[in-house]
Amino acid sequence: MSKYHVTTTINGDEVDFTCYADQTLLEVLREDLNMTGTKNGCGSGDCGACTVIVNGRPVNACLVLGAELDGANIETIEGMSTGTELHPLQQKFLDHAALQCGICTPGFLNMAKALLEKNPEPTETEVRYALAGNLCRCTGYDKIVRAVLDAAAEMRESTS
Amino acid sequence: MRYEAPETIEAAVALLAAAGKTARVFAGGTDLIIQIKEEMIEPGMLVDIKKIKETREVILDDDEIRIGASVTGAELGENKELKKLFPGVVEAVQLIGSDQVQGRATIGGNFCNASPAADSVPALIAAGAKAVVAGPNGTRTAAVEDLLIKPGQLSLAPGELIISFCLSRPPKNTGDAYLRFIPRSEMDIAVVGAGVSVTLNPDGTCAAARVALGAVAPTARLVEQAPDILLGKELDERVLAELAAAASATCQPINDKRGTIKFRTSVAGVLACRAIKIAWERAEKN
Amino acid sequence: MNEVKTTAKTNFKWVGKRTRRPDGPDKVTGRARYGDDMVMSGMLYGKTLRSPHAHAKILSIDTSKAEALKGVKAVVTHKDIPDHPLLEPPYGPMIADLHDISRNVMAREKVLYDGHAVAAVAATSERIAKAAIKLIEVEYEILPHVLDPLAAAQPGAPILHEHQFTHGVDPKPEAPSNVFRVVSAERGDLEKGFADADIIVEREFRSEPVHQGYIEPQALIATASEDGAVEIWTTTQGHFVIRGLCARLMNMDMSSIRVTASEIGGGFGGKNNVYAEPVAIRLSQKTSRPVRMVMTRSEVFRGTGPASGTYSRIRMGAMRDGTIVAAEAEIYNQAGAFKGSPVGRSVDSFFSSYSIANAKATAYDVCVNRPKVAAYRAPGAPMATMAAELTINELAEKLDIDPVDLRMKNAVQDGGQSLNGAKYGRIGLTEVLETVKNHPHYSAPLAPNQGRGFALGYWMHGGGLSSVVANLLDDGTVAIATGNPDIGGSRSSMRVMAAEELGVDLELIKPIVADTGSMGYSHLTAGSRTTFATGMAVINSVREIIEKLRALAAKKWEIPVDDVAWEAGQAVTQRDGFEALTLKQLAGMATKMGGAIAGHSEINAGGAGAAFSAQIVDVEVDPETGFVSLKRYTVIQDAGRAISPDYVEGQMQGGAVQGIGWALNEEYIYDDKGCLQNLGFLDYRMPVASDVPMIDTVIVEVPNPNHPYGVRGVGEPPLVPAPGAVANAVENAIGKKMGSLPLSPPKILGTLELCR
Repeated sequence: MSKYHVTTTINGDEVDFTCYADQTLLEVLREDLNMTGTKNGCGSGDCGACTVIVNGRPVNACLVLGAELDGANIETIEGMSTGTELHPLQQKFLDHAALQCGICTPGFLNMAKALLEKNPEPTETEVRYALAGNLCRCTGYDKIVRAVLDAAAEMRESTS
Repeated sequence: MRYEAPETIEAAVALLAAAGKTARVFAGGTDLIIQIKEEMIEPGMLVDIKKIKETREVILDDDEIRIGASVTGAELGENKELKKLFPGVVEAVQLIGSDQVQGRATIGGNFCNASPAADSVPALIAAGAKAVVAGPNGTRTAAVEDLLIKPGQLSLAPGELIISFCLSRPPKNTGDAYLRFIPRSEMDIAVVGAGVSVTLNPDGTCAAARVALGAVAPTARLVEQAPDILLGKELDERVLAELAAAASATCQPINDKRGTIKFRTSVAGVLACRAIKIAWERAEKN
Repeated sequence: MNEVKTTAKTNFKWVGKRTRRPDGPDKVTGRARYGDDMVMSGMLYGKTLRSPHAHAKILSIDTSKAEALKGVKAVVTHKDIPDHPLLEPPYGPMIADLHDISRNVMAREKVLYDGHAVAAVAATSERIAKAAIKLIEVEYEILPHVLDPLAAAQPGAPILHEHQFTHGVDPKPEAPSNVFRVVSAERGDLEKGFADADIIVEREFRSEPVHQGYIEPQALIATASEDGAVEIWTTTQGHFVIRGLCARLMNMDMSSIRVTASEIGGGFGGKNNVYAEPVAIRLSQKTSRPVRMVMTRSEVFRGTGPASGTYSRIRMGAMRDGTIVAAEAEIYNQAGAFKGSPVGRSVDSFFSSYSIANAKATAYDVCVNRPKVAAYRAPGAPMATMAAELTINELAEKLDIDPVDLRMKNAVQDGGQSLNGAKYGRIGLTEVLETVKNHPHYSAPLAPNQGRGFALGYWMHGGGLSSVVANLLDDGTVAIATGNPDIGGSRSSMRVMAAEELGVDLELIKPIVADTGSMGYSHLTAGSRTTFATGMAVINSVREIIEKLRALAAKKWEIPVDDVAWEAGQAVTQRDGFEALTLKQLAGMATKMGGAIAGHSEINAGGAGAAFSAQIVDVEVDPETGFVSLKRYTVIQDAGRAISPDYVEGQMQGGAVQGIGWALNEEYIYDDKGCLQNLGFLDYRMPVASDVPMIDTVIVEVPNPNHPYGVRGVGEPPLVPAPGAVANAVENAIGKKMGSLPLSPPKILGTLELCR
């Protein structure tokens, strides 16, 4: 099987890789690029642990092919903080104890980030439905929702 | 496996015709990639149609609305004009999966995957959509319901692919709606789906109606008696009861891991009524 | 809304405060390394061939074609996994019989469930490994299978193990049985009790197996070196237990296996066992290369252990004044393919919140052609609890007594006993029930089609073996190593307890989880025992450091050590002329004045005690479709002392939502060939964020006198009453009793339609 050469931007850096036609972005990230922050919970788009942002849209990396990403802009959890400064969402997840085992956390953070970029003032219901594609088995979602609402409020304040 | 990303319809048709059954059309991949990973299919080639502009556009003409096959659920939801014209079609596609899946899943992919439970299908049937099919012998259109043969299979000839869906601009006082039943609040495949389109007369009675059900038969199907029950009538308790009975009678469901025959049959009637109430209200407002 | 109600003095510096967890930044940035995040030089990829049949004899296995495939370096079958004789009685709670484990790890004579591991390969890429297992040819003779525990217990049912004869019945049976054992406990005179009762309620319940649902599949790397040493990196709740199981199973010295626990992506009891570890060891031994084995999600469902599906019958009798005078229950637990469902706990969980004079509970451990069950958060308790709690609610209804009042009337008191005879010390049951009664949720109005459910759960916690090493560094910081993988925030609590003892800032304490080669034995992070037992060992270790610091100060000051006290992070003395010495100062002196200062503790902690969790749930049921939506949820639980309230709340909320899933939509669905149909998160329906409301919590603190800070375990109690509370809410919403979980919409609609 032949491989495809793909050039992308990942977290602001130019990254190129080669991949087989059937390799997903999740596989490329974890196995070829050594970027293991994006997690594999199911491989079928049902758990959201692999949520990344591609060309501004939150997607499951397990349902995107590496080969189709030439020229794409990809944001993963590794690029969420700026230098040593955590993104407000990351900070609020810590403040609100919105994680226990943490395996679902990168996916939630990316999805929440995408949500707040589109809807800076979501209601609790809107947050819950936006995060419905991210499974968490530890927290029961309560503190995650609170963290997202609190981060949204803080982000609105700092832009106003 | 090979990956190709043609930029024109002709190039895509040529690739598909040459590769025959071993090629699959690839858009959002939210069904296809899973099927490949689970080794349910082993395509020799994926033909990515997302670079073909006709599959990516939503065109709103005076007479006709065209929705490209690889327009995603997220994009449909952001199209305010389209939402006003066909809220039922848009909300159906928007129910597919999570927000992450919405960023990838396409109206064409959902239709062509031809799951009996696909959300786009009842809504497209109710809205009277036609598929624009390109192939080695040129382009043709077909009513979407005529393309459905059985689960997972459409009546497309080798080399053919769906480029877009076209819908007639709805007349005044038309409204459509789609509802589905799932056991959780999100993330499930429809156990029952109901797509409804109604057009009202100036006096508020029904001028036209199409009611389609999904997940209750091998392919989505129209409730044949719906026009007889509804035409010329108002939406009263008796009409609703008749519609519910007709919807239940249309069902030919199975017992599976998502629902039982009994359950699907009952809920089909319930959803048909709930959906028509929404469509009716939308029609009154238009 | 989260509250903490305490009955004891709280002038702690750190205990009970909301503090930041030390592993937090790594987890929110993606740096934390879980099972599948490790790579090793020269690593091979392992894949497992699994049985497509529910029950079949293995006639032959031909691995030659797989071995011949380019890139395949080794193949393993049962021939490579040592056999062991059957375990003799007595049998512990969830039996770890090497005879069974050997066969579960790799099928030997038979395959016993769809997904049973039959062979494995190691290859230079995952792609090649996947292709290789397809080339392995297995000849099966398909046998009839049985999935239901009642059916499996009947004579004439397909027998899984010809060597298995039921224990605990008299006379000893002559024919083999799928029922491995029957256990029971009783007190008083049941016949008299029921004869005296003014009213008797009888019910029947059923439930399906449910999976722990951890988001991280099992993942490990095993690397064997030529001199016999083996290292394992794995996601586990107990790396010492993994070491022990691998060593005993593979006939190796324990000291030759070193296990490092990765960060763990959820466990809930399901990662207390070995699955691929022994296979990976053997593959690595054959190739002298590290072998990584990661389960896919469908392998997790097919090949790892859920909680038992059950069938139960219960009968309870009460007097008109609410005194429960007789209670009898029996439950059939599916063990899956091998014996070992938590029958003892099931027996203990029916009635142990109450002082019922005449009571009996019986549990059957029944083998069926499903994956072998594993622990799931209070194993054996939730379904037994549901049966009793719903029956008690029905008694309350019929007697026209408030359900909480009925429980208060019969509540077990301090010094009472569980049905199995475990003695309670000081317990917080009354306090929890009073808090329920006074909570606004309990009396809030309900809208049409809504119903409120209530259930109380009990769990007796584990103590057990924990080892800790604490080292005081030259600069006054303290490194604490425990042997317990952190699944719920225990590093945070260990840090709090250490800082509390020392009287210093949290930031000075660095907790880590060390590997099995670095320190003494620690039992699993399970049984809600970690904050209690490992916490105690942390406190002991730090107290040893404090003793040495006092001695050092005494030496420095040339005064008797009895004149030196440790206060607020300093050595002080009442003698004149001596300025206090800080931790930092003393740490800097230590190596020059005798040696590095460390403390360690290896304990077998007892006295963990019991905790109670009460839950109030409001649901709304759509009468036309049977759809259930959760409207309001409150968890009220006695935590003894909440070291880290944020994380105690997190346990309560997480357990509640698992209970919601168990009650409403989670189940294993099999076809008529005994093959699993729903092997992914699409059709194994766990609650998502939009399915549940905020989970309000009230932490009641009735300190456990057996822990320095009063800690009781908090991890397991939250799941115990949850499915019952939700089921009760649905019953009350529709006005009909329901007893077959999950209460999925088809079942609810069916019940509603039956009554129209």
